[in-house]
Parts: sequence; structure tokens; C-alpha cells
Amino acid sequence: MDRTQLLVGVAVALFSLGLVGVIVRRNVLVMLMCMELMLNGVNLSLVTFAQQTGTTVGAVLVFLVFVVATVEIALAIPIVLLLVRSKRTLDLGAYNDLKG
Amino acid sequence: MIDALLGGVDTLLLVLCAGGALAGAALMLVLRQPMRVAMALIATMIFLGAIYGILGVHFIAAFQVLIYVGAVMLFMVYVIMLLEVRESSGPRYSRLVVPGIAGLVVLLGVLAASIWKPLPPPVGALGQTSYGIAGFSVSFLGEYWLLFELTSVLLVAAVVAALALIRIGRIPRHG
Repeated sequence: MDRTQLLVGVAVALFSLGLVGVIVRRNVLVMLMCMELMLNGVNLSLVTFAQQTGTTVGAVLVFLVFVVATVEIALAIPIVLLLVRSKRTLDLGAYNDLKG
Repeated sequence: MIDALLGGVDTLLLVLCAGGALAGAALMLVLRQPMRVAMALIATMIFLGAIYGILGVHFIAAFQVLIYVGAVMLFMVYVIMLLEVRESSGPRYSRLVVPGIAGLVVLLGVLAASIWKPLPPPVGALGQTSYGIAGFSVSFLGEYWLLFELTSVLLVAAVVAALALIRIGRIPRHG
């Protein structure tokens, strides 16, 4: 196993663990953090492939992912605060009435 | 000989940081309290920053620590403290835990099979990049200037949306 395979493997594992966290955890804040973990896995793969090809496009994409992650948190946190204010819990099961 | 030794140390550090990042990510799935999960995620992000530093992309390592750990996770920790929520003794996992774990195993298997084949070797040695912050900046503001401008539009849209959310929260409820 060379260096690129190791780093891509770690990126894949981080993304998969984040995805499983979003699926199996019930706490809304923990689910948000698992989404951040998925973005971190994507970032690691982008940096690895940018290293492999020697181009800057991967680094540019990483910068854009940083911006998107910041925007995501800036919008998700107020939504979580509003939800918690109405239901007084972070458990996802309490928000079943949001289903259409 | 010293170069080979330093290369070995760098590889060892890379493996250790990768292991630390994976351990933090795994802890996020098993810890109950949101604050502990946040600490595990912060540890994972710091290990990833160390990996970026070892790879030689120091400006991305700085972004990782400043933006992710310093801004995003600090915001998250503030919110956890503000809500002062402690997860009750209710179920930690949803009903999808068995399909979720099965999906994880399948996904990891498929992805591991896809990266098992040898990939083309990297351009430079460990810790060496063909571009630095200057090359990145020239490329970003030259070739990818439209993306740079679009990020400002996205940030403005996010600020407007956050303000709208705050107004929704202030509307008094009737009935």
C-alpha cells in the first residue's frame, strides 16, 4: 500500500463513518457534526489527488468546501435552535410531525 | 541517509495521524454526549491538519485549523453549551442502525476494492508540493476567479438566510 492509497483509504473511511453517523444517530447536533466529518473526508481525498497530479485545482476545491461548510453550519445552527425552542429536545424522533 | 531517515519519520507520523483521525471519527459514533462528540471531531480535524502539514500543503492545514476548528467547531461548542442539553437515557441510535452498519460494510468493501489497484505515483516526494500559497493564489484569482466571486455571493445569501431565520424565531406565536 503506497501513500496515496493510504490517504484515499482514510478519506473513504472518514466519509463512510460520517455517513453512518448521519443515518444511525438520533441527536440533531451529532448528525450535523457527522456531516462535517463527511466534508473532511472529501477534503482529504481532494488534497491527496491534488498532490498526486501536482495541480492546484484540488486546493481550490478544498477552499470552496470550507466556504460551503461554513455556510452550512451558519444556516443549520439557527434551524436547530428554532427546533429545540419549539420541542425542547434534540432527539430526531420528536420531529416526526415535520414529515409531509 | 538522513533524508531516508526523515522520510521514514514523516511516513510514521502520517500513519499515526491517520490512525488518530480514524479513532476520533469512530468515537463520534459511540459517544453519547454532544460535547464529547464535538471534542472527538475537533481531534479528528486537528489530526487532518497535521496530515496536510506533513503533505506540504501548509496553507490548507492553516485553513483547517483556523476555519474548521477555530470558527465552525467553536460555534458548535457554543451552541451545545447554550442549549445545555444532556441526552437522556433514551436510545442513542435510530432504528436504522443495522441497515446503516450493513451499508457501511458494503460501501467500505466497494470503495476498498476500487482503491486496491495501484494508483499512479505522486508527482513530488512526501512534504513537497509543486505549488505553494503563491501558486495557489495566482491560480485561484486568475483561472478560477469566477468561483472566488461566487463564494462571496454564497456568503451574502447565507447571511440573508440567517437573518430571515432569526426573524422567524422572533415572530410571536398565536393560539
